[in-house]
Formats: sequence, C-alpha cells, structure tokens
Amino acid sequence: MSDGHAVRAEGLEKRYGGKPALDGFDLAVREGTVHGLLGPNGAGKTTAVRILSTLVKLDGGRAEVAGLDVARRPREVRARIGLTGQYAAVDEVLTGRQNLEMFGRLFHLGGRRARARAVELLDRFDLTAAADLGVGKYSGGMRRRLDLAASMILAPSVLFLDEPTTGLDPRSRGEVWDSVRALVAGGTTVLLTTQYLEEADRLASRITVIDQGRSIADDTPDGLKDLVGGDRVEVVVAERAELPRVVKVVARVCEGEPETDEEALRVHAPVTDRVAALTEVARTLQDEGVAVEDIGLRRPSLDDVFLRLTGHRTGARTTEKEAAAA
Amino acid sequence: MSALDPTTVPRERGRLYWLLADCGNLVRRGLLHYQRQPVNIAWQLGFPILSVLLYGYVFGSAMKVPGGGDYQDFLMPGMFVMTMAFGFINTATLVVHDSTKGVIDRFRSMPMASSAVVAGRGVTDLLAACAELAIMMLTAMAMGWRPDGGWGFLGAFGLLLWLRFALIWIGVWLGLLVPNPEAAGGLFAVAFPLTMISSIFVAPQLMPDWLGWVAAWNPISSTAAAARELFGTPVGGGDSWIERHALLMAVGWPVILTAVFLPLAVRRFQRLSR
Repeated sequence: MSDGHAVRAEGLEKRYGGKPALDGFDLAVREGTVHGLLGPNGAGKTTAVRILSTLVKLDGGRAEVAGLDVARRPREVRARIGLTGQYAAVDEVLTGRQNLEMFGRLFHLGGRRARARAVELLDRFDLTAAADLGVGKYSGGMRRRLDLAASMILAPSVLFLDEPTTGLDPRSRGEVWDSVRALVAGGTTVLLTTQYLEEADRLASRITVIDQGRSIADDTPDGLKDLVGGDRVEVVVAERAELPRVVKVVARVCEGEPETDEEALRVHAPVTDRVAALTEVARTLQDEGVAVEDIGLRRPSLDDVFLRLTGHRTGARTTEKEAAAA
Repeated sequence: MSALDPTTVPRERGRLYWLLADCGNLVRRGLLHYQRQPVNIAWQLGFPILSVLLYGYVFGSAMKVPGGGDYQDFLMPGMFVMTMAFGFINTATLVVHDSTKGVIDRFRSMPMASSAVVAGRGVTDLLAACAELAIMMLTAMAMGWRPDGGWGFLGAFGLLLWLRFALIWIGVWLGLLVPNPEAAGGLFAVAFPLTMISSIFVAPQLMPDWLGWVAAWNPISSTAAAARELFGTPVGGGDSWIERHALLMAVGWPVILTAVFLPLAVRRFQRLSR
C-alpha cells in the first residue's frame, strides 16, 4: 500500500489503562516531504510516533513505514528509520564523536566505517569544533543537532522528529530548522511532531492536525488557513471606548461580520479585496477622527485553524511560556 | 549539503554475532563512561577501601568472633560481600538514567539486538566488580589480612562475582521500576539494613535468636561464610543447617535470585513496548 508514501497509518488504536491515546488515527506521508503532525499536549502525537518507530506495540489498525509493516517487521523498519526528539536521546557523558562512533557501531558499520561516518556527520552538522567535548557541555541547539546526526548514521528513509525544538531558544530553533531542511534536500522523508504552529507552518508541506487521538484535518498549511477564511483586516485602537465606532466602519467596508477582541482592543473582519478594503478602512477611520494604534492585513494563523477545528485553543501558548521560564 | 551517503549499508552476519558485538559495544560505552568520569571511579573504589579501613580499624578492636579466631579473618570476606551486595544500586542507578533520559529508547529504535542493552550493562558491572574486589583485597592485605586457602582464593573470588551476577537482575528490574534517578538513590536505605542483618559484621549466633535466624538465612550470609571457608579462615560459623551448607547455598542462592529476578527484569524490559 506504499504507493509513493513513506508512512501510512490506518485506524491506529492504542489504549493506556482503558483510556484511548489513539482512537482510529490515520496518516499518510508522501515520500521526500516534511509532514507536520500538529496537536496540543496529550493529543496522541508522541504515541503515534512511538508506534511508527516500533517502540510501542499498537492495539489496533495497521501501519507501514518505508513500505514495511511495523508490527510484523520491526527489525527491518528500524534499519530504515531515524528517531530523534524528546524521548530518544544521546549519551550525555560521552563526547559528540564518541556518541556517533558508538551509534555507528551499533548500526553495525564496524569500527573503521563508524569512525569515518562520525567525522563526516560532525562536519555536516557543524559540530567538528565541539567533537571531543562532553555532550553535557553542549548547548541545547548543539545537542539537538548531534541528536539529528545520530539519527542520520544510516541515512534513513524516514526520520521521526518528535518536538525537536521544544525548550530551545529562537536561535537554536533556527539552527535545527536549517538542519531539517538540509536533510529533506538529501531525500529523507520527515515526520515532524510539534505543538508550535509556527514550526509546522515553516517546515511542513502538509499538516495533519491531531486531537484526542484522531486526525481531524489533513491539508497544506495554506489549505488549513483557507479553512478559516482568507485574509482579514485588523484594527487595534488605544481606547476601549473607540471599539464601537471601529466596528461600525469595518462592518460598512468589509463583506464579513467583524469580530471584536475586547481585551486586545482589536477588531477584525474577513476581506476579499484586500488592499482596497484596507485603504478604505484606514481612510474612513481617519476621517472620523478615531485614534488608531495599528492597522493591517493578517493571514489567519494555525492557531485560528485549531480553534476553528476543535473549538478549543492549542494550549501551545502556555507550554511555550513554561519552556521559556524553565 | 551533499546527498546522503549510500555506502553506509550494514554488513551481513549471524544473529549471535551481532548480539555479542552489540553487547561488546555497550560494554565499551560503559568503560568510556569511567574514563570520562574518573571521579566516579574514585567514588566506586573509594567506598570499598574506606569501608575496609573504617570497619577494620574501628570495629576490629572491639568485635568478638564466636569460637575464637581473628575478627579480621571474619570481617574482610564480609566486606567483600557487602560491596558486591551494594552493587545492585549501581546497576539500578545506571539503568534508570538510561531509561529516563531516552537512551534506552534510542537503542530500541535501532536495528541492534535489544537484549544486548541488558547484557552489556551486566558485563560492564561485572568488570567493575572485579576491579572493586581486587582493590579491596589489596587494601585488606596491606592491613595484614592473610588468606591461606591456596587456590580456594579463586573460588571465593568466583562466588563473590556469582553473587554480584545475580544482583544485576535485581538492579535492572529496579532500574526499570523506579521513576527517576533520585528514587534510585533511596535504594541505599533498603540495602543498608539488609546487609547489616547478615553474617557480614557479626556472627548470627551473637544476635537475638529470631534476628540471628533471619541473618543466617540472608543469601549474602552464605556467600560470606563460603568465602571465609575458601580463604582458609573459616571463623565464626554456626551449627544450623544453612550455616553448615554455606558453600552449597553460596552457589544456590544466586541461582534462586536469578531465577526470580531475571524473568522479572526481562518482563519489565518488554513492557517498555506496551
């Protein structure tokens, strides 16, 4: 059933203590693409990855990775995948080089080839300068890059990236993103789980949204955005008292019903005739003497998509805050 | 970045070959850990040396051995057993580190023999135990301890390692059971009384009857008594059945422990995929 798909899951089920973690989960990832698996904490992302990477047995349904059934041929699947992220770690005591050599030997390359491959990967992931430093001394970004390198020893056909940038600062996050793009350019298929909407938007050509163990949407990032409607005009005012007047103006100019966010002092409404509508709203507000803080066009974010699909927010906001605080 | 290197295809060999090779690579990893953290060697070897010195000099002057005999001849084999017994805490700590940090999951996601993860741990720990025993015996000899059992010496060394081997499975099982490394540290609180209520420091017949009975049946007591015998200094033995069959039980107890805890450890390891 592979037909150009590197990963294929149909009706995956997994229960923990009677509670379903996956409840008929479907997924199809085309070869050579980055596919985002997006969902809040506890949605079932990690369970899905652990099943697809043979770490956990499935209770129902069926899954193929690189054309191989994960339940029947786990060993062959393991020879074709890489796993990295929050749960598959590198050895923190060893140096970067020792880690890659050890994993190379455990991938059965033999000592000489394992050493050569380590040198190659250290260079490719820009870790040569830190090669003989203990991983415990690495920065978060360096550690994730080493993690990626360790997953790339056998040049896997499918790479599972489980929340690869959780807890990283923006610069390290950018470094990891660059590495991922480079891998895909080399022919690897990537399944990326993330609760960062921005990350899925930037890296993935297709996104599956997962909630309560089921896929609730599968589309391109733009397709998902179209789901909640196109662009919107957005006006932010300085004083709450101005809001009703802004609503009136926006309603007159734009086709759709304006929505008000009282807390953010913001009014927004869908538009089709983007620039013309924006100009018209700005001019009218100026004519009526409304003090405008900010005005502009906004593409809907994936956050909006999630809210529309599930009726609740992603929860990623708080987690990001927690990560920043930690 | 260049296209991915297609030359990295694994070599074809038999299953047993790879089990041994994978195990060897993980032993190598364990030894590299010691090399990279010399302070851990100091801790692991320092504790036995300190124990021999402290208990030897502090208790040595005041302790009696029933039926006469030198307390040093009684104590030293006991100290060796104690160090072997505490070894399961080391095993458990290292296992819990690997499992909570995701290193074991990484291994399990690779096309290697997954039993090598446990086997590699065991072999590494036995090598460390050899080093511990050797350094303790040298320390004991420096303090004047003289075994005079000839080749029995090797037999005692073997029985001590045999005990340590059995305790590996308890260590692996507990390492996969406890939730975090901090909890593994708490195992010491369990291990300490278990080593005290034995014939390591004091002969069971000097204890209150019920306690002496428990101490005599403590598996590590049999190893201690057997080691004393094989070192040619069979002091402080008792008359009960278990004490008269120390050699047999020094072989038998680890068999029983392994029979119980090896399956438990394996089952726990397999449960990781549930």
